Amino acid sequence: MRIELQKRARVSTLFSVLSPLLALALTLVFGAIMFWLLGKNPVSALYSFFVEPLLEVWSLHELAIKAAPLILIAVGLSVCYRSNNWNIGAEGQFTIGAITGSILPVMYPTWHSPLILPLMLILGMVGGALYAGIPALLKTRFNTNEILTSLMLVYIAQLYLDWLVRGPWRDPQGNNFPITKTFQIEAVVPEILSSSGRAHWAFIFAIVAAVALWFMMRFMLKGFEVSVLGQSERAGRFAGFSARRMVWFSMLLSGALAGLAGISEVSGSIGHVQPVISPGYGFTAIIVAFLGRLNPLGIIASGLVLALTYLGGEAAQLSIGISDKVSRVFQGLLLFFVLSCDTLIHYRIRLIFAGTKTAEVRG
Amino acid sequence: MFEAILLTVITASTPLVVAALGELVTERSGVLNLGVEGMMIMGAACAFVAAQLTGSPYIGILAGILGGGVFSLLFGFLTLTLVANQVATGLALTILGLGLSGQIGEAFVGQPGIKLQPIVFPFLSDIPFFGRVLFRQDLIFYVSIALVVGISWFLFRSRTGLKLRAIGDSHASAHALGINVIRTRYLAVMFGGACAGLAGAQLSLVYTPQWVENMSAGRGWIALALVVFASWRPWRVLAGGYLFGAVGIGQLHAQIVAQNLGIVIPSQFLSALPYAATIVVLIIISHNRRTTLINTPAALGKPFVPDR
Amino acid sequence: MKKLIIALAASAALMGGFSTGAEAQEKKKVCFIYVGSKTDGGWTQAHDLGRQQLDKALGAKVETPFLENVPEGPDAERAIERMARSGCSLVFTTSFGFMDATVKVAAKFPDVKFEHATGFKAGPNLATYNSRFYEGRYIQGQIAAKMSKKGVAGYIASFPIPEVVMGINAFELGAKSINPNFKLKVVWANTWFDPGKEADAAKALIDQGVDILTQHTDTTAPMQVAAERGILAFGQASDMIAAGPKTQLTAIVDTWGAYYIKRAKALLDGTWKSEQIWDGLKDGILTMAPYTNMPDDVKAMAEETEAKIKSGELHPFTGPINKQDGTAWLAAGEKAQDGVLLGMNFYIEGVDDKLPK
Repeated sequence: MRIELQKRARVSTLFSVLSPLLALALTLVFGAIMFWLLGKNPVSALYSFFVEPLLEVWSLHELAIKAAPLILIAVGLSVCYRSNNWNIGAEGQFTIGAITGSILPVMYPTWHSPLILPLMLILGMVGGALYAGIPALLKTRFNTNEILTSLMLVYIAQLYLDWLVRGPWRDPQGNNFPITKTFQIEAVVPEILSSSGRAHWAFIFAIVAAVALWFMMRFMLKGFEVSVLGQSERAGRFAGFSARRMVWFSMLLSGALAGLAGISEVSGSIGHVQPVISPGYGFTAIIVAFLGRLNPLGIIASGLVLALTYLGGEAAQLSIGISDKVSRVFQGLLLFFVLSCDTLIHYRIRLIFAGTKTAEVRG
Repeated sequence: MFEAILLTVITASTPLVVAALGELVTERSGVLNLGVEGMMIMGAACAFVAAQLTGSPYIGILAGILGGGVFSLLFGFLTLTLVANQVATGLALTILGLGLSGQIGEAFVGQPGIKLQPIVFPFLSDIPFFGRVLFRQDLIFYVSIALVVGISWFLFRSRTGLKLRAIGDSHASAHALGINVIRTRYLAVMFGGACAGLAGAQLSLVYTPQWVENMSAGRGWIALALVVFASWRPWRVLAGGYLFGAVGIGQLHAQIVAQNLGIVIPSQFLSALPYAATIVVLIIISHNRRTTLINTPAALGKPFVPDR
Repeated sequence: MKKLIIALAASAALMGGFSTGAEAQEKKKVCFIYVGSKTDGGWTQAHDLGRQQLDKALGAKVETPFLENVPEGPDAERAIERMARSGCSLVFTTSFGFMDATVKVAAKFPDVKFEHATGFKAGPNLATYNSRFYEGRYIQGQIAAKMSKKGVAGYIASFPIPEVVMGINAFELGAKSINPNFKLKVVWANTWFDPGKEADAAKALIDQGVDILTQHTDTTAPMQVAAERGILAFGQASDMIAAGPKTQLTAIVDTWGAYYIKRAKALLDGTWKSEQIWDGLKDGILTMAPYTNMPDDVKAMAEETEAKIKSGELHPFTGPINKQDGTAWLAAGEKAQDGVLLGMNFYIEGVDDKLPK
């Protein structure tokens, strides 16, 4: 038996909707088998993965907190990837954004002005953008590959943060532990609905950024420019677009959004700066971007789904003792099914058996 | 002391070089597999477990190669047969690999491993300095050097290598010439997986003969960066890998020397040196736009579906 | 397919009903939050062994659920809150980085008791606990000074936090009590957990001329390197004798179980109260692995020091002690205060490393 693909004349709208559902069904079936093989009750395992985190209000808030940085970073990256700029260093831009954004509350802890928070957010975006500007500069000026430079800058950013909070930024009252002072209340991103949980405005920023970029990609000339240059630099040149400027545009944009995610996370979710501020959001966001098919609205959905699997993995650990490792395997499984089912949107799949019989998935 | 430091550098650099060489072949065929870290850690787990169960590190090496190779098939099936997105699939492979390897090795945490012993070349190993450094090493080191030579020859001197590069530059033209794009790419992906697995085996059998979760600690990512650094040329992978390893070991010695001299340098800055050095050297060598373009596989990361 | 989904949904709903209602049992939940994997072979594994001991000792009365691989930051806050909401009576958060998250959740759930390891912020329902690792390091220093031929030891350090600085100082103090000229070389690996880097650091120290190694990182890699190079070494967090049967002199073994059992009992008795607890060798929160690979007189000396520390006769940080730059810190007979030790950010005389300001 072999599998053959046939390109569809047009993108299948039916399968655009159906493929995630099919992927979910496959994940449920294979996940159930996996949990059953491990001697766990498959129904309760799947229940705690996909349902339990959605049942309580506080947990929905947590979902928003977890999804916000993923979505913010991923929508920025989608513009990069659509225009063929391979920024994989969002984790570093996130870190630097968190640092530059935190300059005000760390250096001026007694400044109680409503101006401080907007300034912090702007500084965070500027920091993230400038840091992403390094690979952009190196690419346009010295033609170095941005995959390498952006990745290496991640490690440098993390070590820089480590040095800062263990050295100059250390809280003098903090027993010499590597944390800064807790931010003054004016410097904290406010909660959306503080009566029911701690989700804060970063989630709103994420949604706004996603919708704005969706609008840009869909209705504005800039969006067209991104797509054309991404498809073919030559074609873009004929249309009068500059690939060099696009490097700058996409890198600075994604850097600014990653920086915004960084400062929102530090200010809204953590409340001070510490050596570890991200469990790898910048890398996970790359998956989120592609899972959302590089479409900003799709990214909102994929960001929420991925966040759900983290929360679900935790719930499953607690309620039925599934180890964190198994959660990661299950997460990988889900990603594989989603990615492979997306094939159906662009292609027909034929299963060709040894004889002449063919089975076809039509749609 | 120089000899001892060099030996440390060799041990630290070999896994980077081996994994990067595998990825280089994969990428030369036009496939970008970002799952090196996942395949590497799978190789480390499989190698360690097999060596513990059989008592033979050589069976461990085989298991590592097999573990990485088979694991990469998953990536191959998704990206080549089902044309799923390569970047996302590679990252998902890393997540899966970290989880799965932890599961495989769980019962073996804390067990002292079996170290792969060096193969000593008689007479040659007695040469001062060079003998110790070049002729009294473990099998994986020799393989890493052989891979550099072999892959250079294969890519630039053999017919099959030419075909592989043709596919990486334009799968459509290669297909039109009657080359089986998908099959070649499957083989290239598996070769990359096998090399990553071998690099993993080096970690759990030579570098630090033990198993702990996550023991690759980001080395797969460095290997990926090395391929770009080397602009897809095997000898440069070797040079880049050793540069990275040498700066990493050098900064540890620099810490001690600085202490002896009473100089204060934050260790974080020294730790950042290998990454900064890689960027700087890349800037210097990629100045010439034309040579960079010639070596970059033009079809890298682009999906291919044969039309009938 | 449809039928299957309906069946799944129905049984899922059933499960949900059961898990919220029917679990009103008498067992108390004592819960744990881990920063690493419970089989990491280091810090987290030591805590998990403690949890298992607790389970064994009081299994009839307590349940011990745990969450592993919880990243420090907002994830920690969520994980701790999940524990509090799931009916835990006592929650142990076992990493320094969980401090502020624990403080926040503790304020939200006044009826749940929390204990945070190695931190300094306490509250009415939030205790802190720590282990006097430095007592073990002092003994190690004494052994090192006796066993080293060159009079130089190497210290593989993780990050410059008070805990590690205190460990370095205690080691040097112990060594200087035997050999006043003993030197200590420090290499910062900038990681708690990377066997490769730890091995590299060990090799660098050996190549720079130390003949005894001690580590403040989590894996057995440095012990393996020491064994291979034929020098002596000390283990960390767990007994690493398997990695160096002819190498390990002793190890500081984290035995949190003793502490966890003590506190769970207090919870059951109703005598639990918020305290800032810093237990040592005498309480069993840390133990020394058997003294091996040393002559009998050295072993006798180590055992004697251990006994003196346990009885309170000897406090490692007793003056006269000078700071690194030669200025006086403690006068003769003066003992360091716990608060100073817990926030330690300076070296004593004899350490070669310089702390960045």
